[in-house]
Amino acid sequence: MTVETSKHRELGLTDSEFELIVEKLGREPNDVELAMFSLLWSEHCAYKHSRKLLRRLPTEGERVVMGPGENAGAVDVGSGYAVAFKVESHNHPSAVEPFQGAATGVGGILRDVFALGARPIAILDSLRFGELDSVRSRHLLDGAVRGIGHYGNSIGVATVGGEIYFEAPYEHNCLVNAMCVGLAKQEEMVRAAAAGVGNAVVLMGASTGRDGIGGASVLASAELGDGDEAKRPTVQIGDPFEESKVLECCLELLGKGLLVSLQDLGAAGLTSSAGEMASAGGVGIDIDVARVPLREADMEPFEIMVSESQERMLAVVEPPRVAEVLAVCEKWQTGSAEIGVVTDTGQVRVLRGEEVVGEMPVEALVDGCPLYDLSPAEPEGWIYGNRRTLDPGASAEETLLALLSSPSIASKRWAFEQYDSVVGSRTVRRPESADAAVLQLPEAGNAIAVSIDGNGRRVACDPYAGTIEAVLECAQNLACVGAEPLGLTNCLNFGNPEKPAGAWQLDRAVSGLADACEALGVPVVGGNVSLYNEGPDGPIYPTPVVGMVGELPDPGRACGGAFAREGDAIALLGPFAPSLAGSELAKLRGELTMGLPRSDVTAVAAACETVREAVRAGKLSSAHDVSDGGLACALAESAIAGGLGCRVDLSPLLNRGFSAEEALFGEGPGGFVLSGERAALEALAGDGIEVLVLGEVGGEIEIAGGEAFLAVGLDQAERAWTDISRAIAL
Amino acid sequence: MLWGVVQFPGSCDERDALHACSLLGEARMVWHEECDLAGVDAVVVPGGFSYGDYLRAGAIARFSPAMEAVAEFAAAGGPVLGICNGFQVLCEAGLLPGALLRNEDLRFTCRQLELLAAPFDRLTTPEGGQSIERLAIPAKHGEGRYYAPQEMLDQIEASGQVAYRYAPGQNPNGSLRDIAGVRNEAGNVLGLMPHPEHAVDPLTGSTDGLRVFEAVAAVRA
Repeated sequence: MTVETSKHRELGLTDSEFELIVEKLGREPNDVELAMFSLLWSEHCAYKHSRKLLRRLPTEGERVVMGPGENAGAVDVGSGYAVAFKVESHNHPSAVEPFQGAATGVGGILRDVFALGARPIAILDSLRFGELDSVRSRHLLDGAVRGIGHYGNSIGVATVGGEIYFEAPYEHNCLVNAMCVGLAKQEEMVRAAAAGVGNAVVLMGASTGRDGIGGASVLASAELGDGDEAKRPTVQIGDPFEESKVLECCLELLGKGLLVSLQDLGAAGLTSSAGEMASAGGVGIDIDVARVPLREADMEPFEIMVSESQERMLAVVEPPRVAEVLAVCEKWQTGSAEIGVVTDTGQVRVLRGEEVVGEMPVEALVDGCPLYDLSPAEPEGWIYGNRRTLDPGASAEETLLALLSSPSIASKRWAFEQYDSVVGSRTVRRPESADAAVLQLPEAGNAIAVSIDGNGRRVACDPYAGTIEAVLECAQNLACVGAEPLGLTNCLNFGNPEKPAGAWQLDRAVSGLADACEALGVPVVGGNVSLYNEGPDGPIYPTPVVGMVGELPDPGRACGGAFAREGDAIALLGPFAPSLAGSELAKLRGELTMGLPRSDVTAVAAACETVREAVRAGKLSSAHDVSDGGLACALAESAIAGGLGCRVDLSPLLNRGFSAEEALFGEGPGGFVLSGERAALEALAGDGIEVLVLGEVGGEIEIAGGEAFLAVGLDQAERAWTDISRAIAL
Repeated sequence: MLWGVVQFPGSCDERDALHACSLLGEARMVWHEECDLAGVDAVVVPGGFSYGDYLRAGAIARFSPAMEAVAEFAAAGGPVLGICNGFQVLCEAGLLPGALLRNEDLRFTCRQLELLAAPFDRLTTPEGGQSIERLAIPAKHGEGRYYAPQEMLDQIEASGQVAYRYAPGQNPNGSLRDIAGVRNEAGNVLGLMPHPEHAVDPLTGSTDGLRVFEAVAAVRA
């Protein structure tokens, strides 16, 4: 069988990549092999434009149980338990078909986590859409939120947190990143590496159909453009019921110690699962496509190998235990078939019965893809648009209300109420009740906190500083509930890395991520890269999304963000240096330009530690970090959540040279709004930690700042902040 | 007292229900293919999406072997509690009056809310208790709008079968007459949409859910 030379281009391979494949095989690949190479050598699977950069990230730490390279990362939470977690993107499928795209994004990340032997206990989502006044954005938002809810609710895993931003550059290319957190007994965890020549390869779960063929190469590794509707067949269809059965089945199998290794089938289906298991184990693998249970009888071998049908898992099983494994699958009414064997050939062989239809060295297929260097070049100035929606002459009150009602800042109740946040009986802090979600782990006698963050606009202003801020934001959110970071996962959502500006953003962002993690001492235990996120109007904002898991000894002491007691003092703690650069206010005024102030990571880390210890000691009534919309919004959010106003004076900030506007609405990392007894708050100062007592809890929202004086009724602020729930009426 | 929690493929809240039951006594899972409830003193049909809830919520589960056993158990006067999907299953099985339709706004809603436990309901009021009890319990469902024909509503109200109502202004789904939970005529089968098993720990919200389990346990006593 010979291959027409243009075929590889249709599949996304360059001419030189094709030549390299011919060289490695010593012949031209046949159709089956070409299809498999095109997927595993796609950006999505091979990370060919990002792998070199990712080597900068620190991945080691005392608490790391599993790091990058496994299905998900895992950290030790004590008492023999580990928490596994990972964030992954499903951007392009969601841009084409938001409901199924988002649903299967959740399904995929759940499988990554239970593939380790961890029971999924929480989901978080990081979503980006175009501005809400666009019909397309509302359609994508509605579909994605319903899709996430459909899958997570149906499978019984709590969706406990997340974030949603609305920015024009995501208009055509929305982002749907889903993070899953799971809990495992360390002794029951397995790795993905195939082992034991002669062991059986068992495919479990749903049957294999023609859905999602070419998803990784066609959809995930190219820019979106006209004719995307034609790509709809490359989007997979999710079935949470099937996944629920496979999940329970896999956990039972692992609990009984019946599996040697386990891997989920995600992008590139059997091709990548089998290839990666063989590669990790340094073995070969034979797959007989004739034994794969099919939805359609007439599927070609290449279709079976690349299908991205959902809810499937691949396991390696010792031959004497195969019958028992199949019996457990039967009990859970989920499909199972012995479809192959682990070999010592170092080859991935695809058979149809007796006939060999493909044979490739594992090394060439999985690890042979060339890795590319980027050609970064800093763009000259702001490459994204500006749109003025707020008159710069607006009063301080009008400005605060405009910020609170800006969809990115406003309450997300309308979204998270569509998610089951309580199943599992672990959720101690539900969405919007604290800066991070808190989940109790009675098994281990402690609790974890989880947060997911990433402000693409600020990263666009300065990819290095903006990415550092994303990590700091996460760390600050954990500190507010008294948690110490254990590990971090990330999803790098960027534009085309082959364009100099996109390459520059990616390069700078990865450096920022590496430096922030290094400074905080938080290892990166896993992640995902999603490139080519561009629409007809250009690239998305560069959007590194950071998910962090921390530990806290006593969930009962986790602070909420709401003011809790009339008369409590309110203080600003930390090295907060507010600036309008890259802020929500600069966006509303249409004044975005390049550049962000540099932050002092070490000082922020020290502030986090102080807040964490104060929360753990029960010294605070509330803790909330200063984020989008600045100090005024942070104060208003704590006030609205508590139903208690505040009377504060920002003079201490003005005395440091900040303008009233910067003090009110400026943004930047490092600031915490704390409430509690005045003496307790003041006692937190010292050793490089600044505490500015600004006022007290009570009344309406009154903020004085030099000549500026802002007074907004609590009701009025709440209406602004929640109006979107009504306005959105999806 | 031994509680049995029915586990279907697709159940979501069965482990939480088992935990809640274990706070009040012994508890074990009842696999959906089991048809022997020997030794079980009370049954919980938990929340989730039994058999994927294809066709209609609860429509497939009612035909499971375990549900046949539950129907016999109920007929013999045994206490049965259906929560959310369990409520839907019990309605599908004809063990409870009425039906659960899609929420009025056609969306899944998860919300902490308050229930009023009807004072005339002997399932929920201890002897002599006449004040209306308010229970803080989360609800989470996409198909929880209680519906029954007008005459049936009048009849179940008259016979004291309305066990729980959503507190004024807190009806999350458009349920007729704010009905959140009903019982059968004999009083031993209770179903409700909100989730008492998620309200048994002060850390996760409240312990008011225990009152519902206690009311079910009281049927047997």
